[in-house]
Amino acid sequence: MPVIELRDVRRTYRMGEDTVVALAGVSLVVEKGEFVAIMGPSGSGKSTMLNLLGCLDRPESGQYLLDGKDVATLSDDALSAIRSERLGFIFQSFNLIQSLDVVRNIALPLFYMGADDSTCAARAKELAGRVGLEKRLGHRPMELSGGQQQRVAIARALSNDPVIILADEPTGNLDSRTGEEIMNLLRELHGEGRTIIMVTHEDDIAARAERVITMRDGRIQSDRSVGS
Amino acid sequence: MVRISKLGAEGLKLHPLRSLLTALGIIIGVGTVIYMLAVIEGRAAEIQERIKARGSNNIILRAKKPADDSKAGTSRTREVVYGLTYDDAVRIRETFPSVEVIVPVRDVFASVYSGESRMDTVTMATVPWYLEVARGQLLAGRWFTDVEMESSTPTAILGHEAARTLFLWRDPLGESVRIGAKVYRVVGVLEPTVTSDEREALKRDRAIYIPLATVRERFGERNVKFVSGSMDIERVELHEVLLRLHRSEDVVPVAAAVEAMLQRFHANTDYEVDVPLALLEEAQRESIKSKQLFGSIAAISLLVGGIGIMNIMLASVTERTREIGIRRALGARRKDITTQFLVETLILSVAGGLIGIGCGVGASALHEHLVKESQTSVTTGSVLLAFGISALVGVLAGVYPAVRASRMDPIEALRHE
Repeated sequence: MPVIELRDVRRTYRMGEDTVVALAGVSLVVEKGEFVAIMGPSGSGKSTMLNLLGCLDRPESGQYLLDGKDVATLSDDALSAIRSERLGFIFQSFNLIQSLDVVRNIALPLFYMGADDSTCAARAKELAGRVGLEKRLGHRPMELSGGQQQRVAIARALSNDPVIILADEPTGNLDSRTGEEIMNLLRELHGEGRTIIMVTHEDDIAARAERVITMRDGRIQSDRSVGS
Repeated sequence: MVRISKLGAEGLKLHPLRSLLTALGIIIGVGTVIYMLAVIEGRAAEIQERIKARGSNNIILRAKKPADDSKAGTSRTREVVYGLTYDDAVRIRETFPSVEVIVPVRDVFASVYSGESRMDTVTMATVPWYLEVARGQLLAGRWFTDVEMESSTPTAILGHEAARTLFLWRDPLGESVRIGAKVYRVVGVLEPTVTSDEREALKRDRAIYIPLATVRERFGERNVKFVSGSMDIERVELHEVLLRLHRSEDVVPVAAAVEAMLQRFHANTDYEVDVPLALLEEAQRESIKSKQLFGSIAAISLLVGGIGIMNIMLASVTERTREIGIRRALGARRKDITTQFLVETLILSVAGGLIGIGCGVGASALHEHLVKESQTSVTTGSVLLAFGISALVGVLAGVYPAVRASRMDPIEALRHE
């Protein structure tokens, strides 16, 4: 059974008078353990696709089967539950909460799952070690470098042991050397059998994935495997 | 829920000064409520105490010198006849069964001597049961007895102040005083009068009390006063008649009936009717009115405080849009976000309420300390009321910003800079 299955998914936006078609009937299957890069120019619908896959948005028509379950029609609370239990997010601008220290940022999805404080802290410390930040547990995001912040974000995405990790331009705000480190970390996770879906517009970053999907005008233009 | 609530507390810790300023409206509002109610309650208690000291079942009739319309021309000696009479007292006793006891009092204006000491004061000639009805307390000795009254035995009881003036630190019991031309044996001394009515207290403490029967014999019915060279002769039978009723419900109607009766027998209004209970009722009405007035002022200030909180919370929600987006993306449900912000406002307003209660209690204590002879009373009711209102304001002011935060689209919120 595939982890993700999109069946003819459509999504449009209203921009003042105009209706913008962000996704014009997309079908896609992603199997467990795949590392997929989504590419395409801005406005091609890749961000919309990522939001849909991340259960932050719902399709207007079509079906989205996540782990075999149709989530297109679920309630807002049910989608929140799916996000906290089964999805991990990594953003371009890290999106850490500035008022929380490293441990508590990492534990945030667990917190919303309802885990108790000691479980949260233990798991967060373990993951901080996993991404090489065991010495920065009590630091605030402002006190960390960009690469370190993205490592915190990756640890946070792992905290709930998600079915899929969704990464939106994870290296976009990093210099190439740090970006490389982050990509290595993602490949490591992929090596452990995790499913990763990453949006990027850089070819060399996309080349680190196994499969590259290129989008244009709300449709999938090409879908190819890349040797890595 | 409890865990989400902790988030609210942390949100406030980020901006301690801003939190304090936000809560200030509530602090001032609640403080004002507590303080104002304490002052009003205190005044009400004071009035009640004063009235109780005079007896809430009592009606007090007093002789009042009528307006001087009978110009006696150039005569250097004027005689004025006025006031209450024994006949009045008898008529009241016969007409009103609800009157339990009647205490007639006649004031005698004569200098009082004890050895070398002299005191110009009022001697109150009255009956054996005066002390009980007027709620006096004996410090030493005793009051005069029925037998002494019947036999016109010249006994005297000194008010606290009178005893000190006439005898300094000597024990007056067993000594004698001369009132006018007659000698009275001192058998008792009174405690200082406890009432916040200062004039009444002073009069009672400076007075000397003797059996009424001795006055009827010894002083006739005339009081002679020398005023700026001319001689005023007043003929007053009774200066005061205290009525004590069985039941306080009868006080007001009986007072009206007594007044109507007196009107028939006294052409020129040479008396007044004083009803402590009526004053009490008036005082209570007054205190309810002022509570309403100050209550509305306090309500306005709490409203302003609430608006202040709502304003800051709306700003805070906007400022933290991105944080809200992140939390939503990581699995926070709408109600988690609502709870977080609502708890934040609740903590602000409840903490503000508690500080406000402290300020109000402090201000009341300070008021009592600074304003002479005032008392304040912080009641549990007023504290609970103020606290309840501040919590309510917190919820009302917090709901809208919190719901707005929870309604944000997570995608939009994540894009927010």
